[in-house]
Amino acid sequence: MHIIVNNQQLAVDKDGYLESLQQWNTDVATEIAQNENIQLSAAHWEIIYLLQDFYKEFEISPAMRALVKYTEKKLGPEKGKSIYLLQLFPPSPAKIASKIAGLPRPANCL
Amino acid sequence: MHKKILLISRHAPYGNSIAKDAFDAALATAIYDQDLSMLFMDDGIFQLLRDQQAQEISQKSFTSMLSALPFYDIDKLYIHQESLEQRGLTIENLIVDNATIVNSAQISNLLNHQDHILSF
Repeated sequence: MHIIVNNQQLAVDKDGYLESLQQWNTDVATEIAQNENIQLSAAHWEIIYLLQDFYKEFEISPAMRALVKYTEKKLGPEKGKSIYLLQLFPPSPAKIASKIAGLPRPANCL
Repeated sequence: MHKKILLISRHAPYGNSIAKDAFDAALATAIYDQDLSMLFMDDGIFQLLRDQQAQEISQKSFTSMLSALPFYDIDKLYIHQESLEQRGLTIENLIVDNATIVNSAQISNLLNHQDHILSF
């Protein structure tokens, strides 16, 4: 499977996750987000880059609990809440935001 | 319902998928909100070594992955003292600084207090 962004064909897995983070850029993120009916705002980008930092540090995509804790640590308790992330990336923040950030699907994510 | 679960990881990090399976099982258990402890013994100790350069063999690094455990609220980590000594290692060689070092007698006690034991 693949998606097409700026006339470039990018390989994705069966759930729509990019096969290679190297191919990710902001246009790709915008395109994937549109397919999820999400218009990216500054608040979205903050979480997208946060997720990419998590992946760089730990080499895994965080499940929901870990994403909430990491957000709390990096951005403070106001944003480190399920409800905040759920409003940005409904209906499943860890899965949807990882997809937009070009990361693999989080393992063990309900 | 909370169960007390001990996950024992006793294999080296690379070469087969046993250590990765143990790690995945730990994350899954944490997501179901269980009372999880992890015990590293035998060659499982090597998973905790600092500065593993797994990218050289196109693998993900256990140094990185295991560092994520606190974000899954997995903070009860035990390390078998004799396994550590047999490999000429000390706690300073490992990425965990809040783990409890246990000897064989203390491990029996640990095992006796669990509802379930998962051995990898």
